Amino acid sequence: MNLSTLSDNLLVFAILGYLVAMILHASEYSLAGKRRAATAAAPARELVGAGGPPVAVPAEPDIPAGPDLGTRLGGWAVYATGLAVLLHLGTVATRGLAAGRMPWGNMYEFVLAVTLVGGVAWLGVMVQLPKLRLLGLPLTVVQILLLGFAGLVLYTQISPLVPALQSYWFVIHVTSVVTASGLLLVGFVPAAMFLVRNGHDDGRVRFPYTLGARLPNAEALERLTFRLHAFAFPLFTFGVAAGAVWAEAAWGRYWGWDPKETWAFISWVVYAGYLHARSTPSVNRRVVMWIAVLGFLTMLMNLFGVNFFFTGLHSYAGVS
Amino acid sequence: MKAILGFAVAKLRVAWRQLTSMRTALVLLFLLAVASIPGSILPQQGVNPEKINQYFVKHPDLAPVIDKLGGFDVFRSPWFAAIYLLLFTSLIGCILPRTRDHLRALLRRVPDAPKRMERLPAHHQGRTALGAAEVAAGLRGWRTVTREQPDGTVTVAAERGFLKETGNLVFHTALIGVLVGVALGSMQGWHANRLLVQGPEQAFCTTPQQFDEYNPGTGVSASALPKYCLELTGFQASYLDNGQAKSYGATVEVSGEKTETKEFSVNHPLRLGDANVYLLGHGYAAILRYTDTNGRVQTAVVPFLPIDQQTLTSEGVATFPDANADPKTGKPDRTKQVAFSGLYVPTAPESGMAARSIYPEERNPRLVLTFYQGDLGLDQGVPSSVYQLNQKQVAAGKLKQIGEGKSLEKGGSWTLEDGSKLEFLGTRPFITVSLRHDPGEPVVLVSILFVLGGLMLTLSGKRRRVWVRLTPAGDGTNLLEVGGLPRSEYPGFAAEFAGVIAKLGITEMGDDTREPVDALR
Ligand code: HEM
Repeated sequence: MNLSTLSDNLLVFAILGYLVAMILHASEYSLAGKRRAATAAAPARELVGAGGPPVAVPAEPDIPAGPDLGTRLGGWAVYATGLAVLLHLGTVATRGLAAGRMPWGNMYEFVLAVTLVGGVAWLGVMVQLPKLRLLGLPLTVVQILLLGFAGLVLYTQISPLVPALQSYWFVIHVTSVVTASGLLLVGFVPAAMFLVRNGHDDGRVRFPYTLGARLPNAEALERLTFRLHAFAFPLFTFGVAAGAVWAEAAWGRYWGWDPKETWAFISWVVYAGYLHARSTPSVNRRVVMWIAVLGFLTMLMNLFGVNFFFTGLHSYAGVS
Repeated sequence: MKAILGFAVAKLRVAWRQLTSMRTALVLLFLLAVASIPGSILPQQGVNPEKINQYFVKHPDLAPVIDKLGGFDVFRSPWFAAIYLLLFTSLIGCILPRTRDHLRALLRRVPDAPKRMERLPAHHQGRTALGAAEVAAGLRGWRTVTREQPDGTVTVAAERGFLKETGNLVFHTALIGVLVGVALGSMQGWHANRLLVQGPEQAFCTTPQQFDEYNPGTGVSASALPKYCLELTGFQASYLDNGQAKSYGATVEVSGEKTETKEFSVNHPLRLGDANVYLLGHGYAAILRYTDTNGRVQTAVVPFLPIDQQTLTSEGVATFPDANADPKTGKPDRTKQVAFSGLYVPTAPESGMAARSIYPEERNPRLVLTFYQGDLGLDQGVPSSVYQLNQKQVAAGKLKQIGEGKSLEKGGSWTLEDGSKLEFLGTRPFITVSLRHDPGEPVVLVSILFVLGGLMLTLSGKRRRVWVRLTPAGDGTNLLEVGGLPRSEYPGFAAEFAGVIAKLGITEMGDDTREPVDALR
């Protein structure tokens, strides 16, 4: 089996890994109802004692006695995600080795790389904020959908880069845009879940909102959304700027309003709008989060819509 | 009169305040995003002008309306400009007062501790052996102000994180720099395109007449163009088995003040002082010799433009307007002008139709041409493409196809019905280059660097204040009260506050001791 086939096979296993994680998360989710009821009586506020002076910290009010089944399943879900991310990393790495270049030269590889960053970033969130674990459910769903779509629809044979892409600015540009996109993907999940949870809190009882009952609280979701976006936005800005430097070397102009550039601009403006709206107290939080969701939709539009529907200088998508 | 004036001023004030509010900025940002969308859907003047014509053909009713509205040139349309100019006006109106406020805040002393510190988000009490000077010295990296109160207590006020607002102002100001750079480029810059066939007689010099396309900025005069000439002396390309290009590069002779040979390729433009030369594409030009019915011989070098990048199947037209001219007067005969139109195929398949190349390199080159005779319609004052026949003339029956087409090998010849003869002597490579001068580029680049720097500062910065109140306990120690106030989103404040407290030499805890709740944990 050569490296390229190995990469293709690893992708299948990575998707399976995410699938297992998703099922475990879903089980935790369905069992979590009991736990929530059990802890509802406990005080809501918790203290942070990390590194601080010896403060009298009351006993953790969270889990009454030992982890219940749901919690254990949730823990396994995170491990399963970790395993899936490793397999995913293997998929991307073997693809890169087989191609003898950075493995993000066409749309298939791009989606693989973005979701890999998403997976890694999500594990980072899990290390820092384990309480938000249930978000793993929508996250793994997004990963499976994107990877499945990549494998089934976008798949392309390995080929070297066309001359226009042979530039180290291309590597810098795509690496930063891939990383930013992966982070924005992870940022999209709590933003969307905020809307569900917030709708639930407002007493909406129709379908997506019913899912809100067991999600982390709206404020925590809002803050996580912001942190991810605040980190991703400058990176995205840098990526777009690096693309402009590269475009200058390749085509003689740093900006040409090619469809891909236009949509990058649109995403950038929408995310700037999100950051503005968030710091304006008079703007409703739901609106703010809708803007974040909209931002991610414009990213998807740029990735899929533009590559499929429009042709421009960037049509290296390689889907035919 | 005065009242009216006052009223008008008041109205203007209100309007200005509206324009410079964050909500307006938000709305304008959204308008900007929405207004960009047609620019990605409709063909655009600066991106794919050839598609605009197709659009006109496909949607004859809609296209003129869209054209009127600026839909084919969205990013230079008045309504798009209106949005970003309003946005930037709002931006300036926003930056100025904030810069003033920020400068004031930088100059002002940190405000004194609130009376009731226990109301602050972070609070701590205890006893310490340290004095005010030592407390202030312990707060390294903070701006501190020590105040002795009339009641004998001493407060140390500390603040840090001013860089957040500084970064924000730098970022927003640098956005204006980007706009200025773009404007400078479109006013003082120019760009031109040229197709350049290999060979000394094909060289061109940088004058507007010798460009195929020339777009000077509004403030550019032709005398400002750099003075040099370019000749293509070599072209190298390598391809994969499937025809995808692996690399290509061109060698040119640049003659300006001195003559030098230079190489350039995609991603590695020729940087020639004031104007850079970019390699955009390449193809083949056919060398054709035509002997007309009077026996007069003309040779033409005819570029064929690729219609498929992967295989370099190319199309072109060779025109001989002087063919069959009166041998005595040299006057062209408008009924007997000659043209050949068709395809150049670098690698024709071994069998089957020769009209489609299977590989971009010349392995089995074929020229597939059709012979036309009649009035080429060249001097009608209407600019027409030199790569296509004048279709109006063909449609009007003034330019007619004669006989069947013919496929020619290199070196082959074709004797036509009227006894004239066409010979395919060979090919030469050509490149298409873009020449560009954009004085706004460095302005944009530097501004972008400030945009990035400012963004990182503002999005990672956190403004926060800490106050310490020391009350002498009478035994040489001090009773101490510490309060903390994060003034912006700051999940790590709990840890930092704890770190500050750890430095205060606290020996004994008070009862109302509390750290900021970190909702994320
Ligand atoms: C040219 C369009 C603009 C863009 C692309 C833009 C972009 C941004 C971005 C990305 C941020 C986030 C950084 C941060 O939170 O500090 C920000 C913050 C901010 N912007 Fe703008 N901005 C624009 C115009 C304006 C205008 C017109 C105003 C004034 C009305 C304004 C006022 C602010 C303020 C006050 C903040 C800080 C919010 C905070 O305290 O977190 N901006 N802007």
